[in-house]
Amino acid sequence: MTAIFEAFKTRAEAVSAEVHRFTGRAEALAFILGFLREAGVSAAPQCGGVWATGSFLEGVGQEDLQSQVPGLSFAVTREASAEARVGISQMDWAISGTGTLVQDATAVEKRLVSTLPPIHLAVLGTERILADMGSVLQRLRPDQINYIACITGPSRTADIERVLTIGVHGPGRLIIVVVDAFEQVMA
Amino acid sequence: MTTQFQESIATALNNSNLTGALGRFSEAYRISRAKAYEGIDFDAVRDQIAEIKCAASSRFEALAEQFRQNAESRGAKVFRTSDPAEVKRYILDLAQAQGVRQVVKSKSMASEEIHLNKAFEQAGIAVDETDLGEWIIQLAHQTPSHMVMPAIHMTKEEVAEVFSQEVEAGQAPDIPKLVKFARAKLRPKFLAADMGITGANIAVAETGSLVIVTNEGNARLVSTLPRIHVAIVGIEKLVAQLQDIQPILTALPRSATGQLLTSYVSILSGQVPNTDGSPKQLHIILMDNHRSDMAKDPKFKEALQCIRCATCLNVCPVFRLVGGHVFGKTYTGGIGTILTAWFDELKKSEDIQGLCIQCGSCVPVCPGKIDIPGLILELRRRLVVEKGQSLAMKAAFGIVNNRRLFHGMLRMASVTQKPFKQGRFIRHLPLFLSEMTDFRSLPAIAAEPFRDKVKAIPQTKGGQKVAFYSGCLIDFAYPEMGESLVKILNKAGIEVLFPENQTCCGAPARYSGAYEVAAQNARDNIQALLAAEVTHVVSACPTCTVALKHDFIDTFKSLGMTDAMGAAEQLAAKTIDFSTLVKQLVEAGRLTFKEGEDLGKITYHDSCHLKRTLKASDEPRELLQQAGHELTEMYECDTCCGMAGSYSLKLPEISAPILERKLKHIKDTGATKVAMDCPGCVMQIRGGLDKDGAPIRAEHTAELLADRFL
Repeated sequence: MTAIFEAFKTRAEAVSAEVHRFTGRAEALAFILGFLREAGVSAAPQCGGVWATGSFLEGVGQEDLQSQVPGLSFAVTREASAEARVGISQMDWAISGTGTLVQDATAVEKRLVSTLPPIHLAVLGTERILADMGSVLQRLRPDQINYIACITGPSRTADIERVLTIGVHGPGRLIIVVVDAFEQVMA
Repeated sequence: MTTQFQESIATALNNSNLTGALGRFSEAYRISRAKAYEGIDFDAVRDQIAEIKCAASSRFEALAEQFRQNAESRGAKVFRTSDPAEVKRYILDLAQAQGVRQVVKSKSMASEEIHLNKAFEQAGIAVDETDLGEWIIQLAHQTPSHMVMPAIHMTKEEVAEVFSQEVEAGQAPDIPKLVKFARAKLRPKFLAADMGITGANIAVAETGSLVIVTNEGNARLVSTLPRIHVAIVGIEKLVAQLQDIQPILTALPRSATGQLLTSYVSILSGQVPNTDGSPKQLHIILMDNHRSDMAKDPKFKEALQCIRCATCLNVCPVFRLVGGHVFGKTYTGGIGTILTAWFDELKKSEDIQGLCIQCGSCVPVCPGKIDIPGLILELRRRLVVEKGQSLAMKAAFGIVNNRRLFHGMLRMASVTQKPFKQGRFIRHLPLFLSEMTDFRSLPAIAAEPFRDKVKAIPQTKGGQKVAFYSGCLIDFAYPEMGESLVKILNKAGIEVLFPENQTCCGAPARYSGAYEVAAQNARDNIQALLAAEVTHVVSACPTCTVALKHDFIDTFKSLGMTDAMGAAEQLAAKTIDFSTLVKQLVEAGRLTFKEGEDLGKITYHDSCHLKRTLKASDEPRELLQQAGHELTEMYECDTCCGMAGSYSLKLPEISAPILERKLKHIKDTGATKVAMDCPGCVMQIRGGLDKDGAPIRAEHTAELLADRFL
């Protein structure tokens, strides 16, 4: 598991993603809350944080999190997302060969939090890292899922003089929080 | 060639921003592409892609119908049409019926192909491109110059000026700031738009899925925020099965931008919810626009294997000089020339097909395994069939098809050139011919052609015999190359015969699309060469070797001359290039190098046909090193020298800067000699070095090896 994580991390960092690994949900949550505060998420206008909930948050008191980081919202709307500083969502799978995150993004909330805010924080279970696209598409099947999103690093362009510039229309930062005891928590 | 076209070339060549940017890009591209493919078997991947796309284009109708059913069963509405006007009408009707006032688009070459933006503007509907490059050219009222990087021809200063003039005054030429500005200005447009338009990179029939590959994230916004999503998809994007997307997703980002994967790959299959929870309208337009006509054409079907990565632009020595705009308004470069001929009309390719220098650089790197130069040659042939050859060309080819007359004129030229000749070179020609000697000196026609000289060479008889096919350049300009070849083969105990009736190999005619002329040349040569009782036919000119080994057969095939095929194949089997033959003789112990020679530093220029068609690149290098040379590789050793037969006469303004680059790379090695296996390259490079004054000798490998064997 460590080898495939390391391979994923190397590839993801090579495309400017920031990768952090934690042993359990509590540690990961502590990091995320700290990160949100540091990024300036607050109740002030244009300072929100939007979280498209997933199994990672099952059994976690959302009010408790909101009390720790005012401005964090679990009601994801286009308005809230357009004004947010950070968007958080859970990824279903990842690909070590390319440093890619993959998600069933049919629910529009998941797309809003990962497209509109300047920072996208993605949560992923360590066991969810697979070798290649083929393995992922056997589990997230396009014949059953209407919108599959693959994300490899932050938004980028080289359209002016081929100079690589990060953060055009999508997020300029992609923070990947990888959690070892993710599955156990869900169970 | 139209004046307008010539002017567009001149404008491009004089735009140092353009040639500088493209030159740097083409250099960086090679490196990033190679790095991206590390650990990947490119040939295996492209075999898969070619097979998948070829199979798909054989059954477009079935796949389109299957796609429609599957996508519609998942809530999409699929509109199929062959007519670009119908595409525009469908979208405009939809927009009007749904009260659409603002449209955002992510990059779609299909929409460029049908000039959709113009239709929106005429209907009074605001439309904004959101891909940064596309937005820049939309604001600048230009068309894309490159399929992947539409604004690659513009500098940051130009972009800042466009933004300042068209959007908000005072923008500085600072790339991160310009990108930020684009984000800020386009964000409200995404949020306000009622309709989003995308293209698609792949359409999967089995699942009704669209695969969209982007880096900026604009396609995700375009397909998420507006309440209506319209995808315009050319039917060549169809593949049968879901698993077919994998090799394409392996190759497309690596070949297009040197990435392992783009930032975003979205697989959309049917309807998804809008941000207000309502189901989003998804309209998919499967556009034909002559694609199924192409699929029915036995030659051009192959072009439908294109995945639009633009590698053929990035590696093209001509594209990096002239950029995309000389090619036309939509698709540019090599593949663009072919697509324009079909999606627009054959006539539109008349000028631009002439830009292809036939160097073959794009062939080994095309993920769709498309023989782009071969297809451009086929365009040339069809243009000649349709429009006829110009009178001047007709006259010239009439002469080439009459060996006695042709050779008589060449002999005459050695006399009439006298006033211009200085030693081995013609440095200046008068008036209208002056362009030919502008950037390089031309070789003087030899006083005694090889066909006369060879008679006087005493050769050992009775052993193995080979026939030498000299080609016109060695025969009439560089007989010493032929003499070197005879000398070397004699050392191996081989007698070299020179069949007198051999004539021009037909390459000039074929590369001008005059296949009938080329076929007559082929018949004459086959007759002359097969009459000799020999083990091999050897040539020291790769263009001629390719003619004998491949082109004769292909020319006959194109013209349906089945009666001539057997003899052509017989000749092809016997034909071998000089270096490969000599290498075999060395390995067989029939030729032995003199020992302990220190011949100094040399660099080697790969001739296009030798490296890419005949696949010989190690043989001459090994021979030169075994002879005692120290080999130093030049940068871009296998990039065309710009000669390409009559190309350097038709488009000297392009041939000259290509040669200039080549000379620079030769000089940078510090070698005092540059070797090559092609008399055409010798003519170009030796002539260029003579004009340049650089103390470097350009020699055919045969000349350099002539005295090196025991």
